[in-house]
Order: sequence, then structure tokens, then C-alpha cells
Amino acid sequence: MSDPVSALGGAAFTGFADIKEIGPLGMITLRAKTDAAGLQSAINSCVGTGIPESRQILHNSVRSAAWMGPDEYLLILPYVETDAAIAAITRLMAGSHHLAVCVSDARAMFRIEGAKADQVLAKIAPVDLRALQEGEMRRTRAAQVAAALWREHDGISLVCFRSVAQYVFDILRVSARDGSEL
Amino acid sequence: MSTRLATGGRLIDRTTPQSFTFNGRSMRGYKGDTLAAALLANNQMLIGRSFKYHRPRGVVGSGVEEPNALVNLGTASRLEPNQRATTTELFDGLTAVSQNHWPSLDFDIGVLNNYAARMLPAGFYYKTFIHPRAFWKHVFEPIIRQSAGLGRAPTEVDADRYEQAYGFCDVLVAGGGIAGLQAALSAAKAGSSVILMEQAPNWGGRAPVDGDLIDGQSAEAWVAATVATLSAMPAVTLRLRTTVAGVYDHGYVLADERVADHTPGDGRPRQRLWRLRVGRIVAATGAIERPLAFAGNDIPGVMLASAVRDYVSNWAVSPGDRTVVVTNNDDAYRTALALKSAGLEVPVILDARATATGDLPMRARAAGIRVETGRAIASVKGGKRVTGVSICVQAGEGAVLEEIACDAVAMSGGWSPVVHLYSHCGGKVIWDETLAAFVPDTSRPPINHDGRALVTCTGAAAGVFDAGCAIAQATDVGAGVMPLPTEKHTSGIQPVWVMPQGAGIKLRSKMWLDYQNDVKVSDVQLAAREGYESVEHTKRYTTLGMATDQGKLSNITGLAVLANALNTTIPDVGTTTFRPPYTPVTLGALAGEARGEIFQPLRRTPMHDIHEKSGAYFEPVGLWRRPYCFPKAGESRVDAVTREVNNTRQTLGLLDASTLGKIVVKGPDAGSFLDMLYTGVMSTLPIGKCRYGLMCNEQGFLSDDGVVARLDADTWLCHTTSGGADRIHAWMEDWLQCEWWDWQVYTANLTEQYAQIAVVGPNARKLLQALGGMDVSRDALPFMGWADGTLAGFAVRVYRISFSGELSYEIAVAASHGAGFWQACFEAGKAYAAMPYGTEALHVMRAEKGFIMIGDETDGTVIPQDLGLAWAISKKKLDYLGKRGQERTHLASPDRWQLVGFETLDGSVIPDGAYVVADGSNANGQRKTQGRVTSTYRSPTLNRGIAMGLLHNGPNRLGEVVEFNTVTAGTVKAKVVDPVFVDKGGEKQNV
Repeated sequence: MSDPVSALGGAAFTGFADIKEIGPLGMITLRAKTDAAGLQSAINSCVGTGIPESRQILHNSVRSAAWMGPDEYLLILPYVETDAAIAAITRLMAGSHHLAVCVSDARAMFRIEGAKADQVLAKIAPVDLRALQEGEMRRTRAAQVAAALWREHDGISLVCFRSVAQYVFDILRVSARDGSEL
Repeated sequence: MSTRLATGGRLIDRTTPQSFTFNGRSMRGYKGDTLAAALLANNQMLIGRSFKYHRPRGVVGSGVEEPNALVNLGTASRLEPNQRATTTELFDGLTAVSQNHWPSLDFDIGVLNNYAARMLPAGFYYKTFIHPRAFWKHVFEPIIRQSAGLGRAPTEVDADRYEQAYGFCDVLVAGGGIAGLQAALSAAKAGSSVILMEQAPNWGGRAPVDGDLIDGQSAEAWVAATVATLSAMPAVTLRLRTTVAGVYDHGYVLADERVADHTPGDGRPRQRLWRLRVGRIVAATGAIERPLAFAGNDIPGVMLASAVRDYVSNWAVSPGDRTVVVTNNDDAYRTALALKSAGLEVPVILDARATATGDLPMRARAAGIRVETGRAIASVKGGKRVTGVSICVQAGEGAVLEEIACDAVAMSGGWSPVVHLYSHCGGKVIWDETLAAFVPDTSRPPINHDGRALVTCTGAAAGVFDAGCAIAQATDVGAGVMPLPTEKHTSGIQPVWVMPQGAGIKLRSKMWLDYQNDVKVSDVQLAAREGYESVEHTKRYTTLGMATDQGKLSNITGLAVLANALNTTIPDVGTTTFRPPYTPVTLGALAGEARGEIFQPLRRTPMHDIHEKSGAYFEPVGLWRRPYCFPKAGESRVDAVTREVNNTRQTLGLLDASTLGKIVVKGPDAGSFLDMLYTGVMSTLPIGKCRYGLMCNEQGFLSDDGVVARLDADTWLCHTTSGGADRIHAWMEDWLQCEWWDWQVYTANLTEQYAQIAVVGPNARKLLQALGGMDVSRDALPFMGWADGTLAGFAVRVYRISFSGELSYEIAVAASHGAGFWQACFEAGKAYAAMPYGTEALHVMRAEKGFIMIGDETDGTVIPQDLGLAWAISKKKLDYLGKRGQERTHLASPDRWQLVGFETLDGSVIPDGAYVVADGSNANGQRKTQGRVTSTYRSPTLNRGIAMGLLHNGPNRLGEVVEFNTVTAGTVKAKVVDPVFVDKGGEKQNV
């Protein structure tokens, strides 16, 4: 089997902020109620964090756990680890109603970096970026498509569906064009 | 003549001259000029022709209220019509052309309309719509279309980009005059985050022109200091050239920023639409001066008094050497004084009031200006520009006392606070007798979600015209404190609207209210006589206030004339409704970034780039782009489809089926859940097997279909149609979250997780065996089974399902490996002449097999029973979504249009959308019908036309010959047949 290929093969653009597609990253959609037996140990065993609170994203080095809804979490981890992680979840949550599926390939991920990174996002997402704290997971939209974003490493990470990766890259690129600073 | 003064001009930079053209004539202005100022500086008084009568028109105002000076700005891909010269910043190379003139601005044939004014009275359109009927179509409409209209619509694609941006703040201040600046400062000091937006390219509003003093400083100095203070505050954002256009519920605000209108082609977005969510809004939007209605008040050279002093003070432009001032209040005297101190002549101030004893009139008299009270303008002399005025007694009927030569008239009918933003969300206004104006009724503001005022006005917008009082009030309003009632500083206005008071019809027919739509005093009076009592009706009947300026000048005077004609008062007549936007917002800004490649998101499969390189012809499927076919060089699309079908049926075809919906459903109650969703039974499906299923809506109509695979004891994977994936996932979640919230079921939409490739044809198994890695033999992987394994080293899940009737496998592989696996298949498939096929070949092959397609055989009115799919409906189940709907008498009746196949007798292809005609006609004289075609193709396999369709009692009529209508003429005869045209026994797929 060849190496996995991210949606845009690591496309990048530099305007008044730096845009780049990263990945492929491992992602798992984990659906369970907050109080489901084994949830805490399952998340901990996969990414080494606790259960994220409402609208929170917790990080542990390159691994993260994000709250996506009252009964949905997103686990982010290295691409090659998903199968083992799902097996661990299945083992630790046996007998407890849950769903754990790999969505690594269904997503595309972008990094928006630079002192004016927020201005790029302010043009496409109805988010009060002044209020977006480190550690907050924000599900929103990027222009016409669904997206989620959070602050990380002096920049913003944005995840969207793989099929619209080119569209999201293009709106980020147009929004970051030199001279169009807010 | 109008000209540039030798000195002065607070906004212009005389060291930076700029050249521009108007109607092809080269002219010069300075940086800081508006186009209107520059035109006047070049003695260009005549700027356009009026909408209806083609009367000569010049600049009236100096801001957004301007009704006359509209131009076609720019050329070709940067042409924009109806641009107000008064708000257009001059730039080097600007090109403007006047509007609504033919053949030329100076000689306009349409001015004949002027003499036919009696032919175009108020309500002309409504009257001629009715009678005589034929006249409208053949006489009036062509004439009006020829002569009416404003700017020319652009014909080229816009060269510029636009964008939108989201903003948030506690307090939005609209207007950067002294009240707005002070309110912003006060709000920021109180700890609020503040956005301050000003429509002009400079701060300060009117105060510097009017010479206000604030805390002993000149307004100019105070503004500079305050802007500097605000700029240094981190919680304050200042934006010039940004108009707050509309206020909506819950503090949502649209504002239009003109980023690069004055620097076209510099690469920046031309305009930016701000979409703000704000805690509250301070409307420091100022006031707009009103014209007076006197005969000839539209002749170029008649201007608002405030505009005259703006041009003198801001841009050092003199509208005329001799300017007559006419007024009903003290404020206009400022203009006389400003003109005088610029060394220009003011032959007389005509004041309609009986006395004028305020400070300003006294200063004017002291300056040696002749002041005549109780006087009015009987008429303005001149054609394309003012040459003089004749004077009469205001109380009389217009008998001329004296004629005075002049080349400009400065008029003031008082000021109207700009209450637009206050009113957009329902704030009420109240008539203030002393100001003779509508002001915000502070007891009835627009209300926010928390019950507090969403918008508060301050300064002139609140009817507070004195600088000191405005600053005090803005301090309170900015801080969110209810301001104390301020001392009223009135300009001693007397509500004079029409002059002279007893003007006869001849004069009234030359008194313009709405310059842009050519509505006169006589028109409003006629409307009142014809029974239009409501101001909203009068507005529409006369078109008063319906032009691009939305009645910014004409509103109050029009109301006053109507009130007078109805013998009532202005507050009794009431106002029309103020609606967003305050000033026009270009469509480009509303569309934002969404144009060209990013007009809408295009969904791409992992193999999209490969398809593009291999020359695929794409078609939209939802937001996806799927290859319709893969034409080879020189091959037509029809030929390509035929080749793809034949190749697939004869050897091997590959389809990118990645767009297929894939929803995983898991949980202890997942089986019962799917039994409710599908018409068939999914709970009994063995692990490792697949089953075809139908989903209906509650009404019983077929909504989606697809193959379901049982993955393990409590997990199923549901395939949906490509267009239905998101909808069906939402449908599942809707039932789980809203109705069956106690069922233990989780779903996840995995559509994009997998690339899916259909390997189809007699050599399909051989290809998989060549790829190697798992047993795909008939016994190991029988029809309607699935298995996990590896192929060519790729981790795959193989479903043995067929939508073509051929031996067929659908192989799911992680999307990140989709392109690699697709290429591996073609590499190994060379031995079997593997070719890709597109959606059209897919459609043809499924139609040859009589398989239905959601959206072809279904249209929201079709139930599964209509399509011969009763076998897929469980009779044993107590319930499923749609069951009760299907039991309704009309749907349960056997007397319905039902699925059959059609074979034309001559082998031709039945036109798409054709109906099966029946005998006779219906009540509307239309031919009766008894069925229709739903899918129709040329079958490459049978080399003839085949079709599926719905026919009244169809399955009972096999062998009958029916007739389909055609688009051109005549009918096509077709035999009713079984819908399965190829391999009825299903032997090919089961090998």
C-alpha cells in the first residue's frame, strides 16, 4: 500500500498570513454520552487527555480530544494509530453504548499562521475571534461549508470535509491576499 | 459661474492636482475633492437629466442625499451606474458620463417630455395599465422605455473582487461627526469595545464647516484630538468610508466599506461588507437639510444652503458669484456669512418668516447683507443654470415684486434628523413642533433581546443641533446612560414648505419635491384629490421617494404638502417606512467572495484530479462534480457513452462511486431503527450480507434507496444516493434526536472517509484476482455479500453488489488511498481493456436492467408500489415510516400510474419528459394524458431506444401500443413491455 495522500498534498499560500494544508492526520469520531462507562479511560488511552468539557479541546503533545456535541468527541492522533485506538476503545467501552469510527480520510486540515491570522478567519467565519480562547473548540462554517477551528501554537487550526478542501483553501487564499488586511 | 476659489478648502490638497473626464471632456481637480466639487470647480453645473421629463439638473447637495448628480462612473469592467458625484472621491484618471441624456447632455430630445408634462401626471402608470389596454403595450411602454431610466447597466464582468467580514463589539457608533466621536470616546471610557464607522473619508461631519466651538477649541482641533485619543485605545476600531447600511434584529448590522473605490485597480478588494453583531448602536447620523418648494427649484444652481457652504469651506468651490439665500430658519444665514467671508456676493436673503431676529440674522445684517423677511421666491429664472430669481410676498399668490440677477440659489427648509437606523428595527419617531421635524421618540426605541434600546440617537440625529448640547448628550448616550433632556436650540424655523403660500397651479407644477423621480407639488396634490389619503399609497401612486435616494430630500416636504392637501397635520399623515439599506449597497459586496472558482463549493472525490487529466466531461450531482463520460480525443459524448457501456458489458469498466452516501448506524436499537426507516427488514440481515432497501417519507413517498450491509451484531452500513447522503443522515438524526431520543443508536456519516470504486463486467473477478490478496470467488464472496481484506496491498472492503446487471464489485478504500488504488486497478486492468465509465453509462446500464433511479423514476409523488417494488416492502412489520401514508385511499388505490418499460416501434428514443397521450381534452383544452416517460435512452446493448415510465394501470397493459407526444410535432408509438430489457434472469451478475 502506498503512503496516504492528504486532499491537497500539502498546498500552501503566503499572503498577509500563511496558509497551509497539513495531514493526513488520524481522526476518530467517538460518540458516547459523557457518563458512558469506559469513556474516560478510552479517551485517555487513545490521546492521553481527559474528557473535554463543552466546547473544549484538550491537547497532549500531538494528540487532542475535542468536544463536538453533547454525545460526540473528535480524537486527533497520528494517522497510523487509528486502528489500534479504535480497537482500544472497543475493548475499554465493551458493553457501553458507543460508536467509534475512523474519519481521518474524510477530513482536511489547514493551519493559518501569522500575526494577522485572525483577520483571514474573520472574513469567512461568523466567529468573534477576540473571544476565542486557547483550548476552545469552535464548530462553525467557513463561507459556505462546515468547519471547526481552534487556536494552537500561535495560529489557528481549521478542519473541514475532504471533498471541499480545495474550496476552503481557495477562500482562505482569497481572504489572505496582500493588501486586503482588515 | 461656479469656480474654484483662490484660497481655502479644508479637505483639498492643492499640491496634488488630479485629472479626470466628464462626458469625454478633460477636467482638473485636487486630491480631496468629491467628483461634484471638482465638476463645480470646472463650471460644470449641468450634470444630468431628470428621469421622467429630462429636465436639466445639477448638484443640489453635498452628501448621500444627492438626488440629481448621478453619473455612470468608470468604463467597461469597472462601469457602475447611478454613482452620486457628491460622495465619489476624485482620483486621477476618473471617468464619468452623465446619465439619461439623448443625444447629448446639452441638447436632449427627451426634454420634449417636459412640455408633455400634462401627459404624464401622477399615477400615469396605473391609469394607463388599465385603459386603454392596448395603448400600454404598443404606445406607452415603448416610449417610456426609450426615454426613462437612469444609468446604463454594465455589460462586462466586474474586474474587482469584493469580500465580507464579521465584526463584534459592545457598542457600534454610526457616524463620525462630533457627537459620534464623543459617544465612542464615552463608551470606550466606560469599558465597552467600540466600532466607530463614518461614511465619509474624513472625520468631523458638519461641525468644522459650521464653525462650532467645543470646550473653547475649534471643532477642527477638537476632532483631530479626539480621533487621536480614540486611535490609541485598543478596544476602539475606527473605520472611514464605511456606511452603516442596515440594522436588523438581535443587533445584527450590515455596513459597507468602500475599500478601494477611490484607488481602482490597486489589487485591494473594492468593497467589503461588514456583518456585525453588536450589543447596541449609537446612531450619530446627523441630519439632512430640506429643500423648499418654489417654482424652478430644480434648475441647476439651486442648492441646499448647507451644501453651498460645504463647497466653499471644504473644497474652496464657489457655486456662483452671486447667491440668493432663501430660508425659513436662521441656519441658512450661516451660508450667507460663509459666502460673504469668501468674498462672494449675497444680493439678498429671502426669509419667509415675518421677522428674523436671531443671532445669525443679526450678524448677517451687521455684515451688510440685505435681509428681506416675509418674502419668497416666485420663480427661478434660467434653463440650464440659474440666471436670477423673481421675488414675491410669501403670504401672497406670487405677484412679482422684484427680479434679482444671480447665478446660484441657496435654500433651506430646515433640517431632518437622520432617523433611518433608529427606525429600521421598529423605533418610532415623533413630530417635534419647534424643530418642525420627526425626531426619535425615546420612549419607543427599537428593542433588543434584553428589552433595552437597540439603537439610541445622539446629536443632530436626535434633534440636538447645538454643539455643546450634542457633546453633553453624546457623553451620556455613549456611556449607556439615559441622557437628560437637553435645552432646545432651535433655528427659529417656521414650517414653510411651499412658497408663496397661495401659489397657483402654474407655479405648483414647477415646484419639485422628488428631483430624481420628477414628482412635483401638483402631483401630490392631485393624488390627494384622487383619494389617496395614506402616505404609503401616495408614495407609490406618485413615486415620491421611490428613487435611488429613497426620498432623503423629498420625504418631509412631500408629507407636508399631502397633509396640507388633506387638511390635516404632518404627524397625522405619518411617515413612510424607513428600510435598509440607508444608501445603496452594490451587489458585488452582497455576493462577497462568492464568485468564479469559489462561487459555490465544488465537492471533489479523491480521484477528481485523475479524472480531470483523463479528459472527463463532468456533470453536477449535488455539489459534487462527477464524470459524465470520458471522451477520447475526437470522440463525441454520445459515442463515448456507447463505448463505455459496451466495454463494461463485454469486458471491464470502472466507476468512481465515491460520492455514494455511506452512513454507519450502530447500537442495541440500530436494527429496530433501520426497520422503521426502511420499508423492508434490515434487523434480520445476516452479518456479511447486503440488502437493497427503500426509504419513504411520512407521506409514504419514496425518498431514497440503497444497499445496506450488516457489519457486525449491532452495526449496519447504509448506502444512500449521492445527492441524498447529507439529507438522509439529517433525517436519521432528526428521528433519533426528536422522536426516538431514548433509542440507543448512534450514526456517523462516513461518505467522505472512503473512495469507492465499482469494478464491473465479465472480467471483474479476474481483475480483483490479479490485484490479489483476498478470495473473491463465487463461493467465498457470493452475490449480495461483503468481505474485508486487502487488494494489491490496500486495505479494502469489497461489496458484491451490482447496479448494472454485470458481475460487479464495489470496493471501498480509505480516501487517502483512493487515487493510488484507482491507478492500481487500471494498471492491472490493462490486460482486460479496463476503461473508466461515467454517470451516463451507469444510467444507461441500470435502465437496461430496469433498475429505478431516485429522481428519475421518483419525483416526490411516487410510492414504491408504483414502481413494482412491493417486494421490498415488508408485509409483516407493524410499522415503518411511510406505512400509514401509503394506506391513504388515493395511494392504496390500484388505479395509479405504474412502472413499465416502453419500446418504440421504430426503434427511436422517446423524448425526455414526454407524456403518454389519452383521448380527449381537459377543461383547459389540453390533451389528456395517461402516463409519462421517466428514463429514456438509446441502449447500446440492444441498439435501439428503450424507456421506463409510469402508465395508468401499466403492468396490466403489457403488449399494448401507446403514443407519446414529442416537442416538434406528432407522436411516437411505443409498445408497453416489461421494464427489464437485458438479462431478465439475472444470470450475468450471478456468476
